[in-house]
Formats: sequence, structure tokens, C-alpha cells
Amino acid sequence: MTKKYKRFADLIRKDCLRMCHIGGSGHIGSMLSSADIVSVLYESILHVDPENPKKIDRDRFILSKGHAGAVVYAALCEKGFFPREWLPTYYGDDGKLMGHISHYVPGVEYSTGSLGHGLGVCCGMALAAREAGEKHRIICLMSDGDCNEGSTWEAIMFAAQQRLDNLTAIVDYNYIQALGFTRDIIDLGDLSSKVKKFGWSTCDIDGHDYLEIENSLSKLPHEKNKPTLIVAHTVKGKGVSFLENTVASHYAHISDEVLAKALKEIGE
Amino acid sequence: MRKIFNKTLLEIARKDARIHLVLADIGYGEIEGFAKEFPDRYYNVGVAEQNMTAVACGLAMEGNICVTYSIANFPTLRCLEQIRNDVCYHNANVKIVIIGGGVSYGPLGVSHHSTEDIAIMRALPNVVVLVPCDLQEAESATHAMMEYEGPVYYRCGYKNERDIHHKPFKFEFGKSITVEDGDDATIIFCGPIGFEAQEAVIAARKKGINVRLISMHTVKPIDREAVITAAKETRKIITVEEHNLSGGLGSAVAEVLVDEGNLDVKVKRMAFPDVYVHEVGSQEWLRSLYNMDASAIEQEIYAICRT
Ligand SMILES: [Mg+2]
Repeated sequence: MTKKYKRFADLIRKDCLRMCHIGGSGHIGSMLSSADIVSVLYESILHVDPENPKKIDRDRFILSKGHAGAVVYAALCEKGFFPREWLPTYYGDDGKLMGHISHYVPGVEYSTGSLGHGLGVCCGMALAAREAGEKHRIICLMSDGDCNEGSTWEAIMFAAQQRLDNLTAIVDYNYIQALGFTRDIIDLGDLSSKVKKFGWSTCDIDGHDYLEIENSLSKLPHEKNKPTLIVAHTVKGKGVSFLENTVASHYAHISDEVLAKALKEIGE
Repeated sequence: MRKIFNKTLLEIARKDARIHLVLADIGYGEIEGFAKEFPDRYYNVGVAEQNMTAVACGLAMEGNICVTYSIANFPTLRCLEQIRNDVCYHNANVKIVIIGGGVSYGPLGVSHHSTEDIAIMRALPNVVVLVPCDLQEAESATHAMMEYEGPVYYRCGYKNERDIHHKPFKFEFGKSITVEDGDDATIIFCGPIGFEAQEAVIAARKKGINVRLISMHTVKPIDREAVITAAKETRKIITVEEHNLSGGLGSAVAEVLVDEGNLDVKVKRMAFPDVYVHEVGSQEWLRSLYNMDASAIEQEIYAICRT
């Protein structure tokens, strides 16, 4: 049952490693921590169509942690939104794939890159869907760093006030932000309880347990008239032992050696 | 001017169900008409300008037309990154409206003065920058803005603006309006301070100096042709704006002249001299304190014509 998720997650993890290697770019840790969530989303949750990326009833998926854009590019590529030849152009001159997620890429709903932008825009999209009586969901994948931004909390309060139950936020809570561990910088603590007090329906899952991810996303909303927050507890750099739970994985350089070692671990 | 804006917006909203008003808890006594008539297209996000802009952008991404609205710098500087990354980069159909351009809210103080907004907004790609000068222009500009597809910044006045236009005109983005004819010099202005310039032009005319008076209601895209023609025909240009000296209308005009090159033209920019206007007083009083009232502008006309 969860085999397909593992298979897909392995593929996109390897794509991300190759992209960061060829691009000489960072954020691999953030990509790897999200990979299992993204796998479940694209394998069975999101209603999206590579033949018609702008289909009106598609689910709106917004990656608010835009620095992990490559993990979504990889998923979109595997799903056929654009050709494989695009992947090695990531981050490069005249490349097809910008470092931070870009709506110029087929299948990407929205561009982000500066934290704290995604959730507010999702609120607007959720209002629009509700007004129009459309049934698609709005799903926002965020980071713990995202939750440092005041604008995120503006949106959290607003979504509850508006009872936006067509809105789901997933926080990839990997406990590490750019300069260190969240507990040493801005300790979000029990994020789920905090946001629950703000009026959301919230839950905690293991963000690497495919069944838990699937269960949390298969019946949305969790409560009528409330937006849903899924706090996915994850490990930064997940899947590559020497990157796991390291601050360095945020900016780690993927050298030839690192790439070979990492690909071997995931299994080629 | 804020009354005519709200009245016009409401009239347009009656004919177009895509129009939404997204507020950040500002607009008392002005926005109730819209809120009452279109409760389903009206959102007050609370005192949260970043979210106001983000929500408006999200609504607009789904085919709606959104107006964000607040006073002075609140809907621009407070949420500038949302305007840049969300609204302008995505070319979302969001209209950013401020009430109280310049020092309209004089005695409220620096936090409520919008004196860098033109510079900052016109630095962003994809956004039209409108600065209407009187009620007639404000109404026309509102219609043009709501018909246009894409981001627009609308710098509204506050109250008691004087009429500048005395004849009907066709309002088009990027096409300035010549309010007074003349060939001895040109004053290019934007916004309600144009009334001070108009009084100066009328006073100078009595002394035999005929000054062309141009309302540059669209600072971006600017009417290059009008600027270049004025330079060639009158060889003297004074810009007048209720804004800081850096980056506003005067800078925009200067850029046109520099880019055109080979022009024999003298330019004087009248604006706040790169300061925060900390003195306490009304808009009118502050204009005179900073030598931006009619008599100060009149003196600049004589000065530029003498040299
Ligand atoms: Mg993190």
C-alpha cells in the first residue's frame, strides 16, 4: 500500500540531490524533509492534471517554503508536467527551473521564496472557491521557519475567523531553520496546540510515515467550519544519514562524492 | 476625494460582481456603503496589512478584482513585499488604494504622511501609479483603474481638494492633461497640490508670463511625449509634488529628459527636501512651511524664467 509512496519519494529525493549537485545550490535538507509529504500529495491526494495544469477544478497546492521548490519540480516532472530534460537545467544559466519555486513552471500554482507569503494567499484562494461554490481544496505546505513570520499568524487568525474549511496547511516541522535549531531561535513548541487555540482543527503526524500522512490528508476538512493544520514532525535531510538532523544540511554543498554516497543510500 | 472614490467604486461594483473590497480595519464612515450592499464581496482582515494584500492577491488569482484600501503608508510600505512578490510578480488584478496622499493627514504626524510612496511604488515592475488631482480626475481614474487588468496603485487625496479641471477631458493611463496653456515655462504636477501650481500660473499670467500646466496623473507609465514636448517648446520645467524629493514625479520627469538627451532645458524640482515632516500643522500650513504653496511656486516661475 505504501510502496508507491516510498518509490515516488525515493525518485524525487534522488532528483533533488542531482539538482542541488548540478546547480551547486542549497536547501537539500528542506527538500528531503518534505519529500514523503510531497510524495503522498502527488501520488494520491492532489487532483491535478498534467494534460491540463490550469484546469479550473484542480486542487490548489501552494508551497510556501519556496526554497524547497526542487522537491515539487521533481514531483511535477515525475507526473509528466514537463520533460525530464528540464531537471538538469535547475539553477543554471538559461535554466527552466528557478531556485525558489516559480509559477513559470507548468503545474506550479504560485511563486514563493520569501517566507510568510503562502498562507495568506491561500486564504484568498479559499475565499474565492467558497464564494464560487467550487469544491477544490487549497493546500499549503509550510516550514517551521514560515511560522516565525508575523504574516503567517495574520493568516492563521483570518482563516479561523472566516471558517475556511477548504484550507489545509501542512507544516514540515523539521525543527531546524537557517541558522540553527528552532528551540534555540524561535521555539514554536507545541505548534499544534497553539494553532488549535487560534480556532483551527489541528493534528500531529509523523511526516515520514506514509500511512499517517495519507490518513491525515484523505478526509479533509478534519472538522466542519475550521481550517485544518497538520503538523508533520519531520527530520531535516531525511533519507541521507549524514545530512539528517543537521543545521548544515540547509546550505550543504552536494559534491560529486556526497551525491554518490547519498544516491547509494537511497538506492539506485 | 475619498468620498468620490468610494462612491464611484460602489457604482462600478454594482455592475461587476468580480469586484471585492479587502480592508485592514480602516475606512470608517466611507466603506459602509460597499460593506452593506456587497457583504459577500467585502472582507475586513483586521489590522493586518500584509494579510490584506495576500488575501486580495489570492482572490485575484482566482479571477476576481480586488481593492485593498487604507490610509497613508499602511497599504504600501507595511506590506511592500506582498505587493512585490505576490501582487506585482503574479500580475494579480489588485488595486492598491491609499487615502491621504502626501501630508493630507498633516497634524496626525509622520506615521500618517505618505511622502515616499510614489518613488517606491513606481520602482516596481507591472504596476500603474495613479495620482489624481481633483474630484473629476479621481472619478475618471477610478473608472480607468477598475477597467484595467493588472496591478494599480491609486494615491487618493483626503478631503477638501479644490477643482483644477474646468473642462471635460478624456482620461487615459499615461496621457497627461494640459490644464493651462503656455510657452514660457511648464509646470508638471501630480495630485491635489496642483491647485497651488494653478494659482501660481494664474498669478504669473497677470504679469505676462504664460506657463503651461500639466497634470501628470499617471506617474507610471509616464507621458514621455508631453515631457519632451514641454522641454522643447518651453525649455523650462518645474515639477510640483507633495512627496519627498527622491524618486517621485520630479525624478520621473528628469529620467525622461536624461534618457531623451540633447535637450536644452532647465529643470526645478519642488518637493519635500528629503526629510520627515515632523512639524505639526495642517496640509495647507505644511505646504507653505516647505515652500510648496502657490506663492512659493510663483516665485520659482519667476526665478526659472529669469535665468
Ligand atoms: Mg525547518
